[in-house]
Amino acid sequence: MPLTLYDKIWEEHLVHQQEDGTALLFVDRHLIHEVTSPQAFEGLRNSNRKVRQPNLTLAVVDHNIPTTDRSKGIDDKDSRIQIETLDKNCKEFGVQLFGVHDKRQGIVHIVGPEQGFTQPGTVIVCGDSHTATHGAFGSLAFGIGTSEVEHVLATQTLVQKKAKNFRVNVNGKLAVGVTSKDVVLQIIGNIGTAGGTGYVIEYAGSLISDLSVENRMTICNMTIEGGARAGLIQPDQKIFDYLKGRPMSPKNENWDKAVEYWKTLKTDSDAKFDKEINLTAEDIVPMVTWGTSPQDVVSIDGKVPNPENESDTDRKNSIERSLKYMGLEPDVAIKDIKIDTVFIGSCTNGRIEDLREAAQILKDKKKAAHVHAMIVPGSGLVKEQAEQEGLDKIFINAGFEWREPGCSMCLAMNADKLKPKERCASTSNRNFEGRQGRGGRTHLVSPGMAAAAAIAGNLDDVRKYQN
Amino acid sequence: MMLESTKIKMQKFNTLKSIPAYLPIVNIDTDMIIPKQFLKTIKRTGLGKNLFFEMRYDDDGNEIKDFSLNNEPFNNSKILIAGNNFGCGSSREHAPWALLDFGITCVISSSYADIFYSNCFKNGILPIILEEEKIKELSEYSNRKEEISVDLNEQKIVYGNSETKFDIDPFKKKCLLEGLDDIALSLEKSTQIDTYEKKLKENKPWIFND
Repeated sequence: MPLTLYDKIWEEHLVHQQEDGTALLFVDRHLIHEVTSPQAFEGLRNSNRKVRQPNLTLAVVDHNIPTTDRSKGIDDKDSRIQIETLDKNCKEFGVQLFGVHDKRQGIVHIVGPEQGFTQPGTVIVCGDSHTATHGAFGSLAFGIGTSEVEHVLATQTLVQKKAKNFRVNVNGKLAVGVTSKDVVLQIIGNIGTAGGTGYVIEYAGSLISDLSVENRMTICNMTIEGGARAGLIQPDQKIFDYLKGRPMSPKNENWDKAVEYWKTLKTDSDAKFDKEINLTAEDIVPMVTWGTSPQDVVSIDGKVPNPENESDTDRKNSIERSLKYMGLEPDVAIKDIKIDTVFIGSCTNGRIEDLREAAQILKDKKKAAHVHAMIVPGSGLVKEQAEQEGLDKIFINAGFEWREPGCSMCLAMNADKLKPKERCASTSNRNFEGRQGRGGRTHLVSPGMAAAAAIAGNLDDVRKYQN
Repeated sequence: MMLESTKIKMQKFNTLKSIPAYLPIVNIDTDMIIPKQFLKTIKRTGLGKNLFFEMRYDDDGNEIKDFSLNNEPFNNSKILIAGNNFGCGSSREHAPWALLDFGITCVISSSYADIFYSNCFKNGILPIILEEEKIKELSEYSNRKEEISVDLNEQKIVYGNSETKFDIDPFKKKCLLEGLDDIALSLEKSTQIDTYEKKLKENKPWIFND
């Protein structure tokens, strides 16, 4: 029977399967961070269990840490305790940790690929819903809860039922100023925030092949925003080139063996998908979210929707609720929406290519006087690379704050948060109520669009700012 | 054979009777259920008072009176009825921990996000999926403050003189009914895991960084 890439990775990882289809799946790579792991380690300790494969486990601190100077320690007591707890747990259970003062520290989904920990054909899990990011390498990667983190630590496996197959084909070429962030926002707008529930998505088509590795990660990253737990892309030469020579990538004869295997990771040409949609790249324009769900997308040329035009009552109520929260009137042009804050960073858009994209727009420009703007690199290595390229100077000259790496204002667990009613153009992944701070109003955009908004002081079309 | 280590960790779920609380909102995400400032805990308990924090309290920390869970009898509800795609967004297990700590052990919606759905089962919470029409019917019991009852073994909800059946994965049902610790269950397959790892080391040595 012809199989999809997901089918093949699934079958390769079956340790055991019950008659009802409940499977025990082997986990090749387990990423952990300070927020969703303390209770899992506590569970191990209470049951006298060990970490079965510490070498297949990698820990980072990211969610909770300040992005300002950290050399003198962390002021917030709860954050400090959580970070110290991870440190203690990793020492006790023999897990490698990139701690606060490690240059390699950063957002878990940026660090994994950067280190070569992320590899094609593997099953990768993490107590974080954006784990699908790693699917860009042709791995089956998905977010899990803390009880499941404990399960993986103890058994190196996970109890799972197989999902259905969903293929999203994007063919054609993107116009200048349009990025993979716009592509994924368009996809989520099409399928809806629950459109992928119960599926694993494979992204395919000529556009996806043409994208860089980092741009592919942005697409896979936001798969969860369309309800699918995992999204993946067939690995190709770009992926192999990206991984070659990274600290945790296979070495010597193992490299050759690995590449030989990775080249077999393809969906069979006549494989059947339970669901399939097609998009044309040329139709995609810079996108913005107007509401409080990532499915609430509109083009930069568009207008805020009017709930009166909606016949479905639930949908109408939902739009009304969102508009009230967002402080927006129906039918207002998107470009007339004034912003207070710009946030560039996160596991969606905190990689070097994202920073280059923003820098290209911001070069020799200034942010609008009323805008507070910050850039948070995704990892210490991204920060270092950006500084080597002089991007930090471009940002600082434009009036941006240049911060230390972490999740920062994407989820606002640390001090980086919006005040009530503050409006932010953000390169992150969620515009939920309160996500970036109680009462904060988020508009999701690409790094280029965030840079354009910073200069204009309102949401604006990045295509006008091409240097 | 069950090993001795298959200890009971979760509360067993069997039957439940309660006046249901009703939140007629779609896409309730886990940030709404428990916002990030409460994720700094290293414990599983104590989150109930912060459940739905931003809808439940005003900027000064006072209870918002027209939010149903702040008022009798819904502050004691064990069943929560909500709009579709409940629990979307972040994987935080703090969401079911907060529901559980508040006293809610059963959620009824027309659909759930995957991660939240499986997190419920790990904590003895039963997430029931029903059609929209049934949800509307059951929400009337919340409006009238009348009890409904849930019977997991029989897979049915009884309300007034009516009842409705619901589907559930048989293995998940068994785990809830018996309060099973699934780590212990998986560890019973240690031999299979050993065999898998041995084969993996031979076929894909790079996985182990060897």
